[in-house]
Amino acid sequence: MLAMNYRGPFRVRAAQKPYPEILHPGDAIVRVTRSCICGSDLHLYHGLVPDTRVGMTFGHEFIGVVEEIGSSVQNLSVGDNVIVPFNVACGKCAFCKQGLFGNCHESNPEATAVGGIFGYSHTAGGYDGGQAEFVRVPYADVGPTIIPDWMDHDDAVLLTDVVPTGYQAAEMGGIKKGDTVVVFGAGPVGIMAAKSAWLFGAGRVIVIDHLEYRLDFVKKYAQCEAYNFRSMEDPVLFIKKTTDWFGADVCIDAVGGDAAGSALQTITGRKLMIQAGSATALHWAINSVKKGGIVSIVGVYGPTDNLVPIGNVVNKGITIRANQASVKRLLPKLIDHIQAGRLNPKEIITHRVPLEEVSDAYHIFSAKLDNCIKPILIPPSARQ
Amino acid sequence: MEPTASDYPHINGWGIDADPNNEPTYPLKNYTGDDHQRLNWERPPQQVQTVEILHSNERPNLTAVFGTSSPPSGLSGAIRRFAFRFSESEYGHWLPLLLADRVNVVEGIVDDLAHGHIPNIFAEKGWKADWKHNRAGLVQNVVIGVAATALVYAFFTRNKQQTAFTRLKKTISN
Ligand SMILES: NC(=O)c1ccc[n+]([C@@H]2O[C@H](COP(=O)([O-])OP(=O)(O)OC[C@H]3O[C@@H](n4cnc5c(N)ncnc54)[C@H](O)[C@@H]3O)[C@@H](O)[C@H]2O)c1
Ligand SMILES: [Zn+2]
Ligand SMILES: [Zn+2]
Repeated sequence: MLAMNYRGPFRVRAAQKPYPEILHPGDAIVRVTRSCICGSDLHLYHGLVPDTRVGMTFGHEFIGVVEEIGSSVQNLSVGDNVIVPFNVACGKCAFCKQGLFGNCHESNPEATAVGGIFGYSHTAGGYDGGQAEFVRVPYADVGPTIIPDWMDHDDAVLLTDVVPTGYQAAEMGGIKKGDTVVVFGAGPVGIMAAKSAWLFGAGRVIVIDHLEYRLDFVKKYAQCEAYNFRSMEDPVLFIKKTTDWFGADVCIDAVGGDAAGSALQTITGRKLMIQAGSATALHWAINSVKKGGIVSIVGVYGPTDNLVPIGNVVNKGITIRANQASVKRLLPKLIDHIQAGRLNPKEIITHRVPLEEVSDAYHIFSAKLDNCIKPILIPPSARQ
Repeated sequence: MEPTASDYPHINGWGIDADPNNEPTYPLKNYTGDDHQRLNWERPPQQVQTVEILHSNERPNLTAVFGTSSPPSGLSGAIRRFAFRFSESEYGHWLPLLLADRVNVVEGIVDDLAHGHIPNIFAEKGWKADWKHNRAGLVQNVVIGVAATALVYAFFTRNKQQTAFTRLKKTISN
């Protein structure tokens, strides 16, 4: 079968790979009909995540048709169209039982600090991912969710990660009615966070990025304010001024370790890699939130250390909330929101690329060419 | 005064999920007390191990399922095995893994060649997309690359009597 194949930083290609096998009674094999490239994949693509092995297939955002099921699978049948959450989760451990599907303890032998994630290096369990024609899906009774008949499959594929992550970013902000919420990052995740902030009763939503085309998009799509940090001398000061010198009630980091905006952070975090990615957005979030405010982090950083003003967290009494999104927990509510027209995720899809051209798709998304917001990959077997 | 949905007529669903109980300390988990049972949940059946899997020394066993992509091999594999002697809290774990990733890239090229495949690195880097969407940037990169190569070449060949090293010293002290 055809699958994306990682060859090293900035080098990926589509190549043949053996068809995946059922390796556990709870497994299913899914024939992929759509998969996305995510900002998280860029951290792998840029070589920032330790234990990213050559030959691996990435892809944690995919939907498809159940092709085969293991002997113990009961909730799925061959032929079902399913949304597959990006988290591999057992449903039985102490963490899954409490709804923390992003923190499962039975899905990643390589690390205890992160749960299993499809196609996300060996640090997240060593699973080949869904940027392929077929993929092995463990714990098929737990994560996969049948796509409702009425749902557009372009919306469905965004429910695997981007929508729940943006929504959880807002949820973790503990937004109170009337709060001013600042979202750093106008990528797919930041866009969804801004959109979701309103659902929690935000009074004002401000998005910060440096890509004009994304700022233009989010302003209309999420009906919010959007500003370019390149046109400000100091984004923290800008936010202080625009909140009557008080600070934002809630700040969301939807950027993560590939942040731009500070030469020191970029050199130490992205070039020399002596910290686990550049923490520019998180730094700004901590410094521009009000005293006693909440910083919600969904941007992804590596497992070592980052330079952040932790002293200010203490002195301002900031609460930090962060996690990998718990997709399965949120799906019922988000499916409702889509059906009611409160969320319309597919509008963020800008590129539809055949899986064979995966090298170009990665480069376009990474270098932000051609006004790219969200690219999806279509495998040859899904195009007939 | 607290705003209401009528203040935001243009937002479909404004405030619909507002939850006054969502205080900073309100956990996004449904606390059940299971934490205090530690690792004693009813485990899913164990996936049979068919390839080498390295596991964090912060846990006693393999997880019930795991991925089998790209098992450790060669020099990078040896470095990875070494890294897994250290906990996730140690640089001794992560820095060797990053080193192994880089070594693995070279192994990947050797492996390609051994299979009679010459990797098309420009295609893998998606330069075709640059040609379409970022031609000026691509041309600039190529020009800079060629100029840098030419400069280095000129530097080392200009004056055969002087070693490159003494020339470098001079250049720096100037
Ligand atoms: N926690 C989770 O469950 C989860 C899930 C999905 C994605 N993520 C993470 O969310 C982050 C965003 O993902 P995405 O798909 O939107 O990625 P993306 O790369 O498309 O978007 C990131 C955006 O941040 C902007 N940016 C860069 N530096 C900035 C700065 N200093 N301030 C403000 N904006 C800045 C970029 O221009 C870009 O538009 C990534 O780190 C990704 O790994 C987390
Ligand atoms: Zn993702
Ligand atoms: Zn679990």
